[in-house]
Amino acid sequence: MSLPTHLTLEIVTPDRALVTEDVDEVQLPGTEGYLGILPGHTPLLTALRVGPLWYRKGTEKFYLSVAFGFAEVLPDRVRLLARIAERAEEIDVDRAEEHRRKAEEMLQAAKAGNTDIDLERARVSLMKALTRLQVAGRHSAHAASQAKRRN
Amino acid sequence: MPSLIDLRRRIRAVKSTQQITKAMKMIAASRLRKSQERVVNARPFAIEAMRMLRDLAARTDASSHPLLAVREEKTVLAFVLTADKGLCGSFNTNIIKAAGQAILARSNQMVMLGLIGRKGRDFFRRRGYPVAYERVNVFQHLKFEDAEDIANVAIEEYAAAKVDAVYLIYNEFKSVIQQRIVAEKLLPIPRADLNEVDAAARMDYIYEPDPATLFDRILPGHVRVQVWHALLESAAAENAARMTAMDAATKNATDMIDGLTLYMNKVRQAGITREIIEVVSGAQAL
Repeated sequence: MSLPTHLTLEIVTPDRALVTEDVDEVQLPGTEGYLGILPGHTPLLTALRVGPLWYRKGTEKFYLSVAFGFAEVLPDRVRLLARIAERAEEIDVDRAEEHRRKAEEMLQAAKAGNTDIDLERARVSLMKALTRLQVAGRHSAHAASQAKRRN
Repeated sequence: MPSLIDLRRRIRAVKSTQQITKAMKMIAASRLRKSQERVVNARPFAIEAMRMLRDLAARTDASSHPLLAVREEKTVLAFVLTADKGLCGSFNTNIIKAAGQAILARSNQMVMLGLIGRKGRDFFRRRGYPVAYERVNVFQHLKFEDAEDIANVAIEEYAAAKVDAVYLIYNEFKSVIQQRIVAEKLLPIPRADLNEVDAAARMDYIYEPDPATLFDRILPGHVRVQVWHALLESAAAENAARMTAMDAATKNATDMIDGLTLYMNKVRQAGITREIIEVVSGAQAL
């Protein structure tokens, strides 16, 4: 069997099918660590954690933030069932910043001994906000470098 | 015989009612389009999740998992999905009737109710049924978190062996003019669904983390997706029902206006004829 030359990436969330594209490389946040996937990967099934994901098409990189769900990898295919997934350009930086601030406050309050606060929840929401900010930041940095190269 | 003025007033009243029903129909139509879109958009996720679960179940020993354990049904939890608002034809009546019948059919079992939607909650609460869970105002802004909450309740009750089965009773959106009531078993997850696997799925996989842990996470996910799907179906069916009901109401109002206008003209003509007769006979008397 010849090795496939590219991957078909599918990302679906409960609300929509977000991505269906042929790509060259994917990196995704598995529970046990980041996984870089090239065409011809061994079949794999993993749970996802909150974190950034990127995929590469030629020289162009695309960034997404994903949270919770599963990914199935086949030699010519990557399927992602994510609870939440957003493209970098969709992320509202101000809102993410706001969420980060709130989550940090909650964690501070929890440290100060306030037991009403759901620590796990605050932690997850902080992770989500940080991921979003990181993804949005990377996306704009990448876009800038691409623009520079073109000029 | 009613006077001309009364009839005119009546026609005006029917007309303004008609305007309202027409507006409500338009609103329902636009909401229907949106909710229909959401049902379609949610489908790939549900299908993929089901497939993944099935493949995994074939490759791991799943029989021991608490969410698959089949027990004798002594206590069951039934989630009934109704609308929050009325004016949608027989949408709510039908689902409440179906739920009532299901309860009667299980008279030797204990039926707990999980009520989603104001109409169903009001009905069953007033009649003193045992309610395990209730929630209103979810359909206005349907979010996946709502489905998660409901699914979590089902999972907790089932895993703690407080109930022996969980059912979902809801209106499925078949077409704009047709809704179908379905009663679906949510838990235990039916084994038949898990057993049919094609050979290609039996490939050697790497698992992260190990299959058992993965299975533990996928099963609740599956339950959530099912609840989510039911919520979306119900929302679409509700909007469809409301649209047809309001369309019928608008038509009825048109018929009524026509009838009343005809009657009014007859009354008017009778009045004119009478006056002429009076004038003529008055002239003759001179």
